[in-house]
Amino acid sequence: MSIAARGQLAEGGATRTPSPPRALVPALGAVGFLAVALLVGLFVGPVHIGIGAIIRSAASHIPLLGIHSNLSATDSAILWQLRAPRVVLGLLVGGMLALAGGSYQGVFRNPLVDPYLLGVAAGAGLGATIAIAYAGNAVGSYDLLPLTAFGGASLAVAITYVLGTSAAGGRSPAALVLAGVTVVSFLTAIQTFIQQQHSQSLQEVYSWILGRLDTAGWHDVALVAPYVVVSSAVILAHRRMLDVLAVGDEEATTLGVNVRRVRLTIVVFATIGTAAAVAVSGLIGFVGIIVPHAVRLVIGSSYRIVLPLSLLAGGGFLVLADVIARTIVSPAELPIGVVTAFFGAPFFAIVLRTSRTFT
Amino acid sequence: MTAIVLDGLSVELGNATVLDGVSAEISPGEWIALIGPNGAGKSTLLRAVAGLVRYRGSITLDGEEVSSLARRAVAQRLAFVPQAPLLPPAMRVDEYVLLGRTPHLGAFANESPHDFAAAGQAIERLDLEPFSRRPLRTLSGGEQQRVVLGRALAQEAPLLLLDEPTTSLDIGRQQQALELVATLRGQSDLTVLCAMHDLTLAAQYADRLLLLSHGRLVAAGPPGEIATEALVSEHYGADVRVVTEGGAVAVIPVRRRSS
Repeated sequence: MSIAARGQLAEGGATRTPSPPRALVPALGAVGFLAVALLVGLFVGPVHIGIGAIIRSAASHIPLLGIHSNLSATDSAILWQLRAPRVVLGLLVGGMLALAGGSYQGVFRNPLVDPYLLGVAAGAGLGATIAIAYAGNAVGSYDLLPLTAFGGASLAVAITYVLGTSAAGGRSPAALVLAGVTVVSFLTAIQTFIQQQHSQSLQEVYSWILGRLDTAGWHDVALVAPYVVVSSAVILAHRRMLDVLAVGDEEATTLGVNVRRVRLTIVVFATIGTAAAVAVSGLIGFVGIIVPHAVRLVIGSSYRIVLPLSLLAGGGFLVLADVIARTIVSPAELPIGVVTAFFGAPFFAIVLRTSRTFT
Repeated sequence: MTAIVLDGLSVELGNATVLDGVSAEISPGEWIALIGPNGAGKSTLLRAVAGLVRYRGSITLDGEEVSSLARRAVAQRLAFVPQAPLLPPAMRVDEYVLLGRTPHLGAFANESPHDFAAAGQAIERLDLEPFSRRPLRTLSGGEQQRVVLGRALAQEAPLLLLDEPTTSLDIGRQQQALELVATLRGQSDLTVLCAMHDLTLAAQYADRLLLLSHGRLVAAGPPGEIATEALVSEHYGADVRVVTEGGAVAVIPVRRRSS
């Protein structure tokens, strides 16, 4: 139904305006995709545990249903202490990267932007390199790395923002992007220098950069979840504002929007969420660009739909990518960043070719 | 309808004085055309009224100073159509028009049935229904102009600011666009403030012309008094004939003969 027709219905008074029909089917599709991805993530592994048993076991955790799991203690531990945290981490990291990427593309009005644009990756990389090079295998370095990566990422984006907004061109998204390029180059130079000085740490740094969802149980999940939840909530609350920003800064202003505040808020929360994701999973590329794009190509350009669906689809995508990463060269593991790029790029090419609505 | 009072309005951009002590009073419901050569300050004046640039002096809308109003309050009082609006290519026409409701929504609220109704009305009044579900990039220049007007109309503001609304339209579309503004103005009691290059169209559609030159207001009055050979030649450096045909003023450029 067109907006005009809905308006007339609404004026009639009796009918409440229905939610846009276009959003319902894609939303169900995304939820279905995510559910399948989660099940596959729990199902696939060296030890066979049936889908039925997984669902029974999951249901047994819900009180009042009275369902009892028929899994052995070992299988139960494999399922809930090894596979589940990894799947949930994939869900959080993938969803966050896709959501952050989509919202970055909105505030910068640039479809090629990814969440690492303003220096998150370079800052986190430097932080991680410092932790690996100087703390080495010292006690506690496992907890230190996420902290230094998160700190480095946040600091890098803060520098970018200060530099970008104080530049001569000031306040335009382009100045911010250029400041990002500057900060990234500088931090990468420092990181390379440190690596040269500590060449024994090269391999560890390299494997961190390629990204992994290798977890120590629920610890990493608990570490990253609060940041992802809060960032996602704030970004999703602004999703309509991103549609308004699409008409340009000046027009958005004449529509009553505080453009600078909206942009800053979204950049800050997308950055915090991305930094937290990167801190536990390393630099997983491609998710932040490919997922929002694919969603956009399928359902249209409105951020009100693109952002929530990117969150769901990004989570599902990374969980599936991780399944491939840990099975394809089993018992060894492929870095997940290799998988996201290897399978993501052709997938994107197909969507690009078959879609009629590419902008 | 909105009464606008400009008092000693000055705007500096960088080191350049773009507007210099402009004072004018615009009555509720008037259609004012801002005319003047390139760089005279027409767009800057519109942008100052819209609260987009800092100014000295005073701009009041029904007695309220623009610079002291909140962004949203300004947006509820005026709709601004820039010269080259940014149209997100994949956005649908109805989605775009609905954005005009933004000033009436709470920060994180969704549109109410009333907002859909207002957007629906704007779509209907501008005859956008045949392509209301199409992406903006598929529209012709004339259709795009109507869609942008539709968004401004959905805003339901009593003051309409237009910056060169007929640029890039052919002569027929120019006329249609301005007729549309005239009709909407009549139906919704709008005050219209419009920067225009085409002096003939300005003279035919506006109640009064304000002639800006080098940031100063050099003449103001009914079209017959402002669109004159003397004033046009002085401020535009153009050779023109002004003819009156059936009560309508036409400004005709005349080629300078060297012989």
